[in-house]
Amino acid sequence: MKYKSQAVAKLYFIAAIGLFLGQILFGLIMGLQYVVGDFLFPAIPFNVARMVHTNLLIVWLLFGFMGASYYLIPEESETELFSPKLAIITFWVFLAAGAITVLGYLLVPYASLAKWTGNDLLNTMGREFLEQPLPTKVGIVLVALSWLFNIVMTVLKGRKTAISLVLSLGMLGLAVFFLFSFYNPVNLVKDKFYWWWVVHLWVEGVWELILGAMLAFVLIKVTGVDREVVEKWLYVIITMTLVTGIIGTGHHYFWIGAPAYWQWWGSVFSALEPIPFLMMTIFAFNMVNKRRREHPNKAAVLWALGTSVMAFLGAGLWGFLHTLAPINYYTHGTQLTAAHGHLAFFGAYALVVLTMISYAMPVLRGRAANPERAQIMEMWSFWLMTIAMFFIALFLTGAGIVQVWLQRMSPTPMSFMAVQDQISIFYWAREGAGLVFLIGLLLYIGSFFVKGESHAFE
Amino acid sequence: MSATFTKSMARNVFYGGGVFFFLLFLALTFDTMKVLPKRDNSQNITPAVAHGKKLWETNNCIGCHTLLGEGAYFAPELGNVYTRRGPDFIKAWIKGQPTGVPGRRQMPQFNLSDADIDDVVAFLKYASEINTNKWPPNIEG
Repeated sequence: MKYKSQAVAKLYFIAAIGLFLGQILFGLIMGLQYVVGDFLFPAIPFNVARMVHTNLLIVWLLFGFMGASYYLIPEESETELFSPKLAIITFWVFLAAGAITVLGYLLVPYASLAKWTGNDLLNTMGREFLEQPLPTKVGIVLVALSWLFNIVMTVLKGRKTAISLVLSLGMLGLAVFFLFSFYNPVNLVKDKFYWWWVVHLWVEGVWELILGAMLAFVLIKVTGVDREVVEKWLYVIITMTLVTGIIGTGHHYFWIGAPAYWQWWGSVFSALEPIPFLMMTIFAFNMVNKRRREHPNKAAVLWALGTSVMAFLGAGLWGFLHTLAPINYYTHGTQLTAAHGHLAFFGAYALVVLTMISYAMPVLRGRAANPERAQIMEMWSFWLMTIAMFFIALFLTGAGIVQVWLQRMSPTPMSFMAVQDQISIFYWAREGAGLVFLIGLLLYIGSFFVKGESHAFE
Repeated sequence: MSATFTKSMARNVFYGGGVFFFLLFLALTFDTMKVLPKRDNSQNITPAVAHGKKLWETNNCIGCHTLLGEGAYFAPELGNVYTRRGPDFIKAWIKGQPTGVPGRRQMPQFNLSDADIDDVVAFLKYASEINTNKWPPNIEG
């Protein structure tokens, strides 16, 4: 690596991969509970497994984003990180807070956890994805601020590039919009309305800035295409992200008590949300086609192209599938939502973090690229995980369509639980695909331990 | 992309577009807050409803159920459960958990007092009277 302080990224990447494995194990538990309802009950009820599954996802992606920025910002800024020590302290604080929180979910009844952690002072818990106890939420804010501070100080003392600017803006947005997690009015409509300011404005807003910056960085490195070209693309893509995504928040306001005009605003703008993702796909393939060098890290190129395609499919296409209000009227809150959620998070965010790790980790370990055999194993893991996740999304889509028909469209609607029995075959198939995903992930982890002759730096 | 469209032009479009659409979003939000009292049933928020919402949250009900379509998809929609099942059924159901039927999805026993359960029901009644633009499509949720 060019700058010594980039080494802190390694800690973050290792933690991210470890937590990713945890997330998948809990996903498999939940998948089985869908068909064997009393599996692990009452030790790990479904709601606890789900909290662990989704919270681990958020935390490992944040670790990935942080590690990625500690790696790429010194290189972009052409200077050492402002404070590697602060980055290391932040890492351990975040890891400890995350571990204690997950143990709290698993070992203590949620109501007791709420009581012991000061939820009576300020009610913030018990809302989807924002289940963290108050001290953890405060911790997340502090960690995000420390991260932002460290990155911005580094950018300020060095070269200022579009990539570091966009990344910093994304991080600023991440920190600012998370503050809405502390606002929980008794009025359920307002609660839901502003809850989306964290959830939607994160994943369909500012996180896409971080995603774009990371992808642009890796593409410059592996293709050698002129920075001016890449950064122009980056700006155009994230412009479309914000133009479509901000008002696109309206697609969550159709049925929660907000005025009906959101059906128009939300439908029209969110229908355009696939555009930035399609542009990202075109961008990535274009850059790779115009490459000026053959980078020895072929796996990283595969992850980068894979991100652009799967983000388009998961976030773009699967989002579009049910975003128009007249369709969403029937699909809202069904397995179709779950299908989209899985493919979008994997395609856009899990894959971009893995792209970054794939590019940076060999460098952090003192080589330009991993040995051929390790790369082949890594590429196998890419295909296994990607195809498995695609099938998970397909099976959940099947489940969702049948669910919508039996429960909401049929002239003789069936009850929720009766419908669940009817679609169990899809859930079994999903669990099978989940196991394949786990094999892919284990192979991925294994690829780090494959020995052989690695590619030295040129 | 063409050479006449420079990076700094792209950057300006990004800032301009981002700011414009965020301001538009704020304007729509402002209007929403203004008209919300006609739709959100907030006139019926009593201390019991507030306490019921807190119990809803501190027992992580959203970890299995949906409420107005949002949450987990493991257990039935509860935004309209008050109209679907009625108060007595809901109370008996919460008290009777878990069913212990082998292989069936299980709901934990939350050990709520009768007064607490009344408040949860008050919250669900309040939620069922929010104007949701006629969602869900039918009583099954």
